[in-house]
Amino acid sequence: MLIFERGVKGRTATAQAPLVKADVTDIPESLMRKNKAAMPEVSELQVVRHYTNLSRKNFSIDTQFYPLGSCTMKYNPRGAHKVASLPGFLNRHPLAPESYSQGYLASVYELQEILKEVTGMAGVSLSPMAGAQGEFAGVAMIRAYHEKRGDHDRCEIIVPIAAHGTNPATAVMCGYKVKEIPVLNDGDVDVDALKEAVGPQTAGIMMTNPSTCGVFERQIEVIAKVVHDAGGLLYYDGANLNAILGKVRPGDMGFDVLHMNLHKTFATPHGGGGPGSGPVAVGERLLPYLPTPIAGIEDAGGEPDYCWLGEEALPDSIGRLSAFMGNAGIILRAYIYALFVGRDGMQRVSEFSTLNANYLMKKLADAGFDLAYKDRRATHEFIITLSKQSKELGVTAMDFAKRLLDYGYHAPTTYFPLLVPECLLIEPTETESIDEMDGFVEAMTQILKEAENSADLVKGAPYTQPVKRLDDVKAARELDVSYSPQ
Amino acid sequence: MPFIPHTEDDIQKMLETIGAQSIDQLFDEIPAHLRAGALDAIPPARSEMEIMRLMSDRAEQDSGALCFIGAGAYEHHIPAAVWDIAARGEFMTAYTPYQAEASQGTLQLIYEFQSMMTALTGLDVSNASLYDGASGLAEAVLMAIRANRKSKSKRVLIAGTVHPLYKKVVNSIVHNQKIELVEVAFDSASLTTDLSALSQFEGDDFAALVIAQPNFFGTLEDVHQLTDWAHQQKMLVVGVINPTAATLISPPGEWGEHGADIAVGEGQPMGIPLASGGPYFGFICCKQALVRQMPGRIIGRTVDLDGKEGFALTLQAREQHIRRSKATSNICTNQGLAVTAATVYMSLLGQEGIERVARACHANTNHLASLLSAVPGVEVVSTGPRFHEFVLRLPKSSRLVLEHMELQGVLGGHDLSDTFPELENCILVCATETKTDQDLNGYVNALEISLKELEAVEC
Amino acid sequence: MSNIPGELKYLSSHEWVRVEADGTATIGITDHAQDLLGDVVFVELPEVGAEINSGEEAGVVESVKAASDIFSPVSGEVLAINEALEESPDLVNNEPYEDGWFFKVKLTDESDLEPLLDADAYSAVCEAEDH
Repeated sequence: MLIFERGVKGRTATAQAPLVKADVTDIPESLMRKNKAAMPEVSELQVVRHYTNLSRKNFSIDTQFYPLGSCTMKYNPRGAHKVASLPGFLNRHPLAPESYSQGYLASVYELQEILKEVTGMAGVSLSPMAGAQGEFAGVAMIRAYHEKRGDHDRCEIIVPIAAHGTNPATAVMCGYKVKEIPVLNDGDVDVDALKEAVGPQTAGIMMTNPSTCGVFERQIEVIAKVVHDAGGLLYYDGANLNAILGKVRPGDMGFDVLHMNLHKTFATPHGGGGPGSGPVAVGERLLPYLPTPIAGIEDAGGEPDYCWLGEEALPDSIGRLSAFMGNAGIILRAYIYALFVGRDGMQRVSEFSTLNANYLMKKLADAGFDLAYKDRRATHEFIITLSKQSKELGVTAMDFAKRLLDYGYHAPTTYFPLLVPECLLIEPTETESIDEMDGFVEAMTQILKEAENSADLVKGAPYTQPVKRLDDVKAARELDVSYSPQ
Repeated sequence: MPFIPHTEDDIQKMLETIGAQSIDQLFDEIPAHLRAGALDAIPPARSEMEIMRLMSDRAEQDSGALCFIGAGAYEHHIPAAVWDIAARGEFMTAYTPYQAEASQGTLQLIYEFQSMMTALTGLDVSNASLYDGASGLAEAVLMAIRANRKSKSKRVLIAGTVHPLYKKVVNSIVHNQKIELVEVAFDSASLTTDLSALSQFEGDDFAALVIAQPNFFGTLEDVHQLTDWAHQQKMLVVGVINPTAATLISPPGEWGEHGADIAVGEGQPMGIPLASGGPYFGFICCKQALVRQMPGRIIGRTVDLDGKEGFALTLQAREQHIRRSKATSNICTNQGLAVTAATVYMSLLGQEGIERVARACHANTNHLASLLSAVPGVEVVSTGPRFHEFVLRLPKSSRLVLEHMELQGVLGGHDLSDTFPELENCILVCATETKTDQDLNGYVNALEISLKELEAVEC
Repeated sequence: MSNIPGELKYLSSHEWVRVEADGTATIGITDHAQDLLGDVVFVELPEVGAEINSGEEAGVVESVKAASDIFSPVSGEVLAINEALEESPDLVNNEPYEDGWFFKVKLTDESDLEPLLDADAYSAVCEAEDH
């Protein structure tokens, strides 16, 4: 039942609205609202009960193992949320003067420094509000760099075919054409195809490493050389940074610019699909183009004085990407996570996420599942393919995913990357225990047995969720995207 | 090890299963010379207690002022229930509802959010939200260019009274696609869009006209006239609006003869704390005919195998994970958690409650303006109908006056002098429903004292 | 095996074209294409009166999980579009060669037809894809 349907006309049993309904006399009638908005008319208890019950229809990290590949669903520390919710932080206006911002600015500045160090780059801007906006900022900086040099013929961005969809979409938003290059059977980029693809038209390449195939790109230094020799720059999509945090730095691999997903690597909550945060880090040559604002420091001896650096300080910046300071509260949570983890903990993140993924991969292989890249190490994630089960038993990767829900596990990422048929991309993260993973393997083993003995049982799953499989075709053909009262 | 549950025994058992000697061996595909050294610039780990202490002190540093700054982010009372519910782990630590059956909570909530936003704006369709109001406007501009098939130009007219930071953001995002924003001058006396300035664009090819209501100065525009003019010129109309105000003043769907085509805005006033600028959320609504040009996620209502009502992501073929380089946008996430809070906020208050908030804001603003107009030398520039902000001209340097007020614990407003040369020594002042009469008097006192102090300095 | 009528011409990107006696060319997507896409939920068509060129994008066909560009096999002015698809996109699945057509073009250059595939050649394309 919708919140609207719980309402009764005239019910206002809440304590939140001002008690007095003030008169408005100075706004002309023509500019006043004519028809009242059809909003819910419910009591405070109804609201609390309705949304509490809705929340119980969700899977979440707090309630389930959530091995969603490429999404890094690790534990979100309560402490980070608590600290970011201190009244002093919540009540600070984004345009408050610096005298009332030193606490926040200090935190922003220090996170910038931490991210510089852990990525091996020369500068950081925290303002992009999600991974996709970080990508936009990165490619826009590449564009600004070439334009500033008068190098106007570079019109193409190269993207491996296995890339996230945001990569090509971003390149187009930055006014570039996209050239896709193939990936070899072992998951590495086809370097010969890359050599063919580069030229004076190449603005840059966008890559994820480890790639979306769940393997480390072993040819990365060759790729960097090929692209740099052609005059292009290298963009690092930080989607999989968790796999190498503190172990290998994108700057040392030859990347010129990258974005990080703080909601993945730095454990900020995913919130049901956002807010994320997608800071960018750059090498020396892209420093002038970083998006604003950035936290700076005026060191006049004594206590440091923090300040905002805007367009006056960075005249060649690609500009602002949000009205104020990006997803400021998420930045704060990521900073606190970094304080928790500390210098030595950064590397532990990649070590234990990699240990977990390799363990889970081995256990699933032993249980009879086919690995997409069986001769490779898992990174923080890996791919199994259910091609065989799909052909022989008629049970697809999607069926396995849905049946997992009945066993109380969130499904891994399905059908991504597209180049591996019937695939599940599995990422346990470092915060899961061996018991949790053993339970998952047991569930997968059970489902495989079910698929062999009673395929229809798996194909009809899930059975234990608030709804069964939904009619996506009806949803798209008979579009119902908002409630209208009868 | 913070957040890592492994015991020494676990590690050994796992390595044995894998057949590796050490964790380090798992990284043997990475060339050894690429390995990172010590990360000296990162501070050592701290305990939760130590972090709490450090950060409480920092939060304290930023506290204590009485804030009269608005300019796109507004202080409102946030009901206790809003974040109690939004911060439930089931909402806060879930991800994008790709597995619909295991995400009905988030999906239904977003469907309800979309329904509330269409009700507020008077338009047909809403998406699941964008990052913030400013980047939302950039998406609206891109959407208008795609949607207006009659227009061959990649040009958009934008009112000079739109938030200056929004204009900057739109330009950062769209200029790489060779889209040109042409600004319409405003009248510095009325602080509204100059209708005569519009006439010079008559007959020119623009995909859309962007207007703000209330505009950046808090002043109300004649949106009906502007909308009808743009439609006569075959432009689409993009309205940037404030959701609180929309319960009181004419919503985009009621503008002019046919209504605006796209409405966008900052969702922060709907239960989201100021929090240094985010996370907020941008909302975007449009007429039914434009639905396929909409960027970002949309949730639809459908049925399951048993015919039971359920909710799912729909129209995904527009999005980047399917359409790749031809997607309507590269946007992937929405601002789910902020939307959760906003949905609870809007449910608690309803039309009646939000309208009461809007009226209280309006009354407080008018009250403060009338108190200030009695202060010698100070001029209230905004004289026409306004919502919860107004422009105040000071007899001294606005920068200095604000600094002096700051020392008395009052953030007196947002300085306009740098951005608008025609508004020298002007500031934008905002008073929402949170301000008491005592607060308003406190503002007046702080201003009077500051002016006196500055006069004394000059003597 | 999908239905591939012998009298039509094809593009390897799965569009078909039928040329009527008056020089009008009707364009749609093949049975094989609709099968690959799954349930079609929306078709975006060119505007009547628009000039389109052979080999260029003339529209988009969307299913729940995919979207494909429609390329025009021939050049010319768009004479008509199939408005029935707006209400019933399922026509593309059910009758790809009849009521599921997309648009009609006034053929300006007969030579546009020369490089197109006949049924046998197109059939070979489909078979190669399946393997």
